[in-house]
Amino acid sequence: MLDWGPILLTLKLSSIATLILLVISIPLAYWLAYSKKRIKPIIETLVSMPLVLPPTVLGFYLLVAFSPNNFLGALLDEWFGLQLIFSFEGLVLASVIYSLPFMVQPIQSGFKNLPQNLSEASYVLGSSKFKTLTKILLPNIKSSLLTGIVLTFAHTIGEFGVVLMIGGNIPDKTRVASIAIYDEVESLNYATANKYSLILFAIAFVILLSVNLFNGGYLSKFLDDKA
Amino acid sequence: MIKLKFDKALIAPGGTLDLSIDCSINKGDFVSIYGPSGAGKTTLLRIIAGLIKPETGLITAGNNTWFDAKKKINLKPQQRPVGLVFQDYALFPNMTIKENILYALGGKHSNESFTEVINLMNLEELLHRKPDTLSGGQKQRVAVARSLVKMPEILMLDEPMSALDNEMRRKIQNYLLEAHKKFNLTTILVSHDVGEIFKLSNSVIMLEDGKILRQGPPADIFLNKEISGKFQFSGEVLNISEEDVIYIITVLIDQQVVKIVAVESTASQLAIGDKVMVTSKAFNPIIQKLA
Repeated sequence: MLDWGPILLTLKLSSIATLILLVISIPLAYWLAYSKKRIKPIIETLVSMPLVLPPTVLGFYLLVAFSPNNFLGALLDEWFGLQLIFSFEGLVLASVIYSLPFMVQPIQSGFKNLPQNLSEASYVLGSSKFKTLTKILLPNIKSSLLTGIVLTFAHTIGEFGVVLMIGGNIPDKTRVASIAIYDEVESLNYATANKYSLILFAIAFVILLSVNLFNGGYLSKFLDDKA
Repeated sequence: MIKLKFDKALIAPGGTLDLSIDCSINKGDFVSIYGPSGAGKTTLLRIIAGLIKPETGLITAGNNTWFDAKKKINLKPQQRPVGLVFQDYALFPNMTIKENILYALGGKHSNESFTEVINLMNLEELLHRKPDTLSGGQKQRVAVARSLVKMPEILMLDEPMSALDNEMRRKIQNYLLEAHKKFNLTTILVSHDVGEIFKLSNSVIMLEDGKILRQGPPADIFLNKEISGKFQFSGEVLNISEEDVIYIITVLIDQQVVKIVAVESTASQLAIGDKVMVTSKAFNPIIQKLA
């Protein structure tokens, strides 16, 4: 019987990380798309760093930073009772940092590709920047939002290096599917590794297929035909 | 009375452009801004709307100060009682026509002014359509309606008819004139079309390289003063043909093709495509009763 724990943990981690990233990334992407501040290139670079940085490097520094022997780790433990290494919360934080560019970049380019006139028209009609964001900008970049959500979700499912560094391999706490596959292969349980791999393969395929159907307009055509 | 006196350095295609404006617009005027591309016409509208901040100067409307560089006053676009119709209409693609117009009223509830502009712009049948299913002229009417519905004091239009065919142009021009009168608007129109300017506006601001060259009634700006025609029509030369000793100039006036006799000295100054003014003195034309 297959242990579904790692798969469920993976899905839980990906969902929570994606949700947190969506909330953080909308204001961040908005700022990156419209700000003219001089510090912008630096922030933009920092956001993109996880794209090129080896995950182990990121995992290593997070491990060091959140170690209870260090200032930050000790502070979090003392004030909030949070232990971020070898815990699920730590994995969530690491995933949020690691997958940040996958959420921010699609949303940012979505904002940039909208005609500037739309927000200006909204301002002249008397609407605040916040109302313009929620009523005009976001509804018109739905496909960018969806791309961001899916990329982040899929990318978090696939992460390995960061998780291994900061989470380790604790069943039902930090033992996500990608770690489980590695673990099974190491113990020469190829059959189990294959099952986990197939499930991840299927999840990735279904997610990407539904995005393509949605963004390619196939779904809406289908719905229109029915209506 | 709207007073505009400001400077703004712009980055233009041919280098930098210093937009330096000093003029006033009377309440109730229909003002056209005329000038070559890159003269700063659109920027002028955007500054009045509050979308661009000038470096120095003052903008006042009646007793209200909208912008004062010295006192550091700069009203946001949301606080200025203006409507701006963008050249590409800037309708919100995610909303229906009805939602687009109601958005200007800040919510979901229609009111009297909603019904009024819908009737005026003839939009009843389009209310539940999305903007991308409309033609250029329909989008134009929606954009004007959306700007009008919150009852602005000043309505500004950025070359609103440049992408429309003649028939549609004429219709929109009539809609604009009607709205201007009905809502006691001060209207500022950016236009390249001299005929349109004559038809719609009572005042012209001629802008070139960021400076106002002249301001006054259309006839003063575009015509030689010695002509004292009682009838004036502007049109476009379609054809010039020589017939014995005279020339026949074919002119398109509004939707009508008219033939006009001219002497060689006049004809030699004209070329096909020229904008011309056809005038006639009071004792000259023949009046005939229509059946």
